[in-house]
Amino acid sequence: MSRHNNFKEKLIHGLFFFNGLLVILVLAGIFALLVANALPAFKEIRVGQFLFSAAWNPTATFTAPSYGILSMLVSTLMVSAGALIIAVPLGIAAAAYLSDVASKRVREIAKPIVEILAGVPSVIIGFLGIVLVGPIIARIFHLSNGLNALNGSILLAIMALPTIISLSEDALNGVPKSFQEASLALGATHWQTLVRVKIPAALSGIIAASMLGMGRAIGETMTVLMATGCAIAMPKSFLQSVQTMTATIAIELGEVPYNTTHYYALFGIGLVLFIITFIVNMISDIVLHRYQRVYK
Amino acid sequence: MNRFLTVFLIISLGLFSHSFCFGGENMVQVKGSDTLINVVQKLAELYMEKAPGISIAVTGGGSGTGIAALINKNCAIANSSRQIKSSEVEQAVKKGVDAKRMVVAIDALSIIVNAQNPVDALTVEQIGKIYKGEIKNWSEVGGNNLAITLYGRQSNSGTYDFMKENVMFGEYSPNLKSMNGNAQISEALKQDASGIGYVGVGYAKEAVGVKALKVAVKSGGAYYDPFNIMDVKSGRYPITRPLNQYINGMPKGLVKDFLEFELSSEGQAIVETEGFFAIPEEYQTYNDQVLGRSGKIRESPMRPEDLEANLGAG
Repeated sequence: MSRHNNFKEKLIHGLFFFNGLLVILVLAGIFALLVANALPAFKEIRVGQFLFSAAWNPTATFTAPSYGILSMLVSTLMVSAGALIIAVPLGIAAAAYLSDVASKRVREIAKPIVEILAGVPSVIIGFLGIVLVGPIIARIFHLSNGLNALNGSILLAIMALPTIISLSEDALNGVPKSFQEASLALGATHWQTLVRVKIPAALSGIIAASMLGMGRAIGETMTVLMATGCAIAMPKSFLQSVQTMTATIAIELGEVPYNTTHYYALFGIGLVLFIITFIVNMISDIVLHRYQRVYK
Repeated sequence: MNRFLTVFLIISLGLFSHSFCFGGENMVQVKGSDTLINVVQKLAELYMEKAPGISIAVTGGGSGTGIAALINKNCAIANSSRQIKSSEVEQAVKKGVDAKRMVVAIDALSIIVNAQNPVDALTVEQIGKIYKGEIKNWSEVGGNNLAITLYGRQSNSGTYDFMKENVMFGEYSPNLKSMNGNAQISEALKQDASGIGYVGVGYAKEAVGVKALKVAVKSGGAYYDPFNIMDVKSGRYPITRPLNQYINGMPKGLVKDFLEFELSSEGQAIVETEGFFAIPEEYQTYNDQVLGRSGKIRESPMRPEDLEANLGAG
């Protein structure tokens, strides 16, 4: 009997180990694929030029093709930063409301709604950007059209909100009850307890939530493709059309002839994107772990 | 055990890819140009009505995407609003694909602006300079003092390339807004009084709130209207172009039958009801050669009234 159990135990152990390993293998595989397909691009393009030139026109026929991703890099960072500026305060406020203010009934209705928001397809959000957000922006700022970086930021903020809200709420709920009780016992009001005790105590969790929201915003493709106007020029303000790195890959990878410099350069953009999201996710992970060490 | 699994996987993979690539014998995949998609979809619908059990799937993605799919053997017919590039021919040859061109319709590429724009006509040179970013304000071409907003297509579009090579003779301004399709351009221009865009004539005709400009070859010359059938058929409208379909090798079976339907009087009448123009004689002769037909099979194009009579009230 013990032999049989032993075997079963080992089998299950092996299965879980394999599953864990699989995730790492897939990640390593993606990275290897990106590197292998991106490297040939740098036989013809200098790395400095690729990263620091703003001229991108690989299909040029009247001039020499150019492969500079700076304007896309700036566009991506602009749109994501804008999204964070909008989404983080809203997200924290909503999370604080859900965890501390809302009655149990409101929470039971509101939480699933937040989760449904996370499931709205990006193409629908992009469509809203074209028919609703764009015209409103155009009217407010007296522009001829609303397809610009601000439009993208607003839409990405909507998409990042569910992540930020639910993770921040978890962080707030994770603050030990004794903190709150001590604060209230010392005579602090509910508001003071929330703002000066709970939120600072949960801050690392909230930062991690925001970083994950940013990771989502950086990688989002369809929405920005539809709503930001997709002009490759270097953006000078949030009211100009921009083209993000993801949009460039989505637009051009479908028709690019395989194994050409253009093809490899698109993988190069993918590699840069991968590295950025990897760094963002890693920072959020480090922050999250520090938080767990302090309060356990 | 392991070997069995491998063999099983390979077989099932083979079966899957087989059914995806060819979609069975009663199915034809058509892919490519956004300009052609509505016309070909309409043609496919009518063809399927006449031939039950046959399925013709028409999808977009842009001319470049269509030709890439033909080369990768993911579709039987590639719609393309431009001609195949030499680099694509090279690739096709490498993969053993013999891309043959058919011409299915004529387009008068229409330059459209917001209906409120006082400008009614431009020369080809002015259009080129506007898209190259050399003319930046409507006042330079007789309009309001308003900065021009450029709307164009993405680089996978055949129309994007056609403009570059036949109208602009240069590279696009980096301020060009790359839109996803003809419909998105006309939708944007409906709202944007400062915009200029280009769409297939079929889209220009049905769009509301925008107008198509008259175009002259050069200043001092006469301006022609893309909606005027005589000006287009005679080639007086300067940005006239054939809309193509590419196939792999001599068409056979269902593909051939569908192509012949598209080129028949009935098919060409549908092309005209969708706002484009039927192909002139020179292209009929060319198509007949590709299809291996001797002599002229099609009579003169059917008029839209005859088509309606043919289809009944519906």
